[in-house]
Amino acid sequence: MTLREETRTAIERARDRYPRARSAILPALWAVQHEQGQITPDAMTEVAGILQVTPSEVEAVSTFYSMYFQHPHGRHEVIVCINVSCALRGADDIVGHLERSLGCASGETTTDGAFTWSSTVECLGGCGGAPTMQVDHHFQENLTPDRVDEILGALRSASSAGEAGPVVAGTPRRRASGAPALPPATPPAAPSAAATGQVAEASPAQGSASHAPPTGAPKKPAQRRGKAAQ
Amino acid sequence: MAEFRLLTKDFGAAELQTLKGYEKVGGYQALRDAFKKFTPETLVAEVKTSNIRGRGGAGFPTGMKWSFLPKDVFPRYLCCNADESEPGCFKDRYLIDESPHQLIEGLLIASYALQVHTSFIYIRGEYHDQRLLLERAVEEARAAGYIGKNILGSGFDCEVIVHGGAGAYICGEETALIESLEGLRGQPRLKPPFPAVKGLYGQPTVVNNVETLCNMPHIVQRGGEWFKSLGTEKSAGTRVFCCSGHINRPGNYEMQLGTPIRELLEEECGGIWRGRSLKAFQPGGGSMQVLLPQHLDLPLDMNAVQEAGSSLGAGAMIFMDETTCLVDVSMRLVDFYRHESCGKCVPCREGTYFESELMHRLESGRATLAELASLSDICSNMDGRCFCPLGDTATWFVMSAYKYFRDEFEAHCGAGRCPVRAQVTALVA
Repeated sequence: MTLREETRTAIERARDRYPRARSAILPALWAVQHEQGQITPDAMTEVAGILQVTPSEVEAVSTFYSMYFQHPHGRHEVIVCINVSCALRGADDIVGHLERSLGCASGETTTDGAFTWSSTVECLGGCGGAPTMQVDHHFQENLTPDRVDEILGALRSASSAGEAGPVVAGTPRRRASGAPALPPATPPAAPSAAATGQVAEASPAQGSASHAPPTGAPKKPAQRRGKAAQ
Repeated sequence: MAEFRLLTKDFGAAELQTLKGYEKVGGYQALRDAFKKFTPETLVAEVKTSNIRGRGGAGFPTGMKWSFLPKDVFPRYLCCNADESEPGCFKDRYLIDESPHQLIEGLLIASYALQVHTSFIYIRGEYHDQRLLLERAVEEARAAGYIGKNILGSGFDCEVIVHGGAGAYICGEETALIESLEGLRGQPRLKPPFPAVKGLYGQPTVVNNVETLCNMPHIVQRGGEWFKSLGTEKSAGTRVFCCSGHINRPGNYEMQLGTPIRELLEEECGGIWRGRSLKAFQPGGGSMQVLLPQHLDLPLDMNAVQEAGSSLGAGAMIFMDETTCLVDVSMRLVDFYRHESCGKCVPCREGTYFESELMHRLESGRATLAELASLSDICSNMDGRCFCPLGDTATWFVMSAYKYFRDEFEAHCGAGRCPVRAQVTALVA
């Protein structure tokens, strides 16, 4: 037993929503990664047990998809797009800046464990706000080196101020038992993940408003038009 | 003729992301109308009349796709393809971000037409916030009686499940999407049997793009004949074009099909940035062939662009100014396909590897002319020989760029560096 009770419950709920249990492998792996920050062989075995498939079937899936981690990552995940639309607007400069300011190469984790960053050719779908990156799964667009410093700086100071820090699918959060509960995934007005049977997945709670995930309140999550070019 | 806003007409309205805000602009009225005015059969006929073609890239007539479902075989499934991962494409994200309920209403209308009682929205893993938004919208719609048993007293039942992917471009291919939904590695299936006959869980299945489904409430409310009157004979309606690259105003613009590409570039996108001129553009996302400034007067019409040797694909327009190195662009796209190849078939798995190795050597000026000559061999052994379109399309941009910019490709050979970049740097210095 490596999974927490709430994770097991979330996986069971996901299983019951689909016409066939096997369909819940992807949501189950998200739930595992959300809790443990990576997908371990033990967790895969446990998922297989809940979904009545073999561990090798779960492993086959977890190693196919690039967003499941087979080893621990930093507290924050930074992914920079270097596909064409972003490259045309300076993605290589952003990559160079991250390499220098974080002091590690793409795919690596900073020595303090704060960031794992990587450049990716997989277009993130932020081409209208290129260059683009995702930080803990949230889009950050129209990047400049200064803007990158601002975003990473805000995350650093939030962590050093002793806040719980963000918890998202994909970023490891090995909390000691008795650590504060996760921030709610949705605003109180909206149905909770547990109530809807969705696999629980919290969004980051961050100090800076610019990192806030969309809430039930109206906001313009994607700019219709990107900022005019300089 | 400027932008023509059909799907996007209410975007920006207060609280449009919520059920209340969506109902305020007339949301879910089309679903009521669908139940009242149509039987499933007449609704399929209406969609056929509209002449709408799929917005995901292939442009297959939606009504025809729907009519391929064998009669009397149940259950059937409907999957909304929100695995938008085509390089340069960000319209589905925009449509979901701005109005998640429009998609859900369209999905429910299509589910009614196809007599589907369980529908899925397969959304790519990177669209984390968009998935949460959709999950919340589904809950709201369920609480209001738009999803579930006996919807609005019609006797029609439908459940909607939002399914998050985990990072795989290939899952945008419909049979790979189905495999992924079944909890398998996202590798494409052999066709036939087509999903309409044997799809999800071996049952008849339709896979439709986000934008295609977002059109359904409008087709129901305004009628298939009206919809057909928009756009051109072969390309009805509007499309949301994702414009990116070296332009003054990148973003999504909804245009009536048939509008000249030049108008989209100059009026909506504000032209090429920094007073520079256009060198080339890609009209349909990373998979499609490159076009030249002389093609700007083509209409935004699927057939016209196809005749010019490319495709409107998923509606992503990437514009490149005179400083762009087409070898560099080709290299990035080839890297993308190498990364995203699922590994199932040899021509794609090995071909994208050789293509990518060659393009890296070429871009850095280390390749010889003889090596460059092997590019055509590699590509001709891939195009048309791969298991699914991913491997085929991995050759389209690079081969078209090689055709139009042969001198530029050859100038890289033995140059020891990228000659285009060197020239641009010299100009700036």
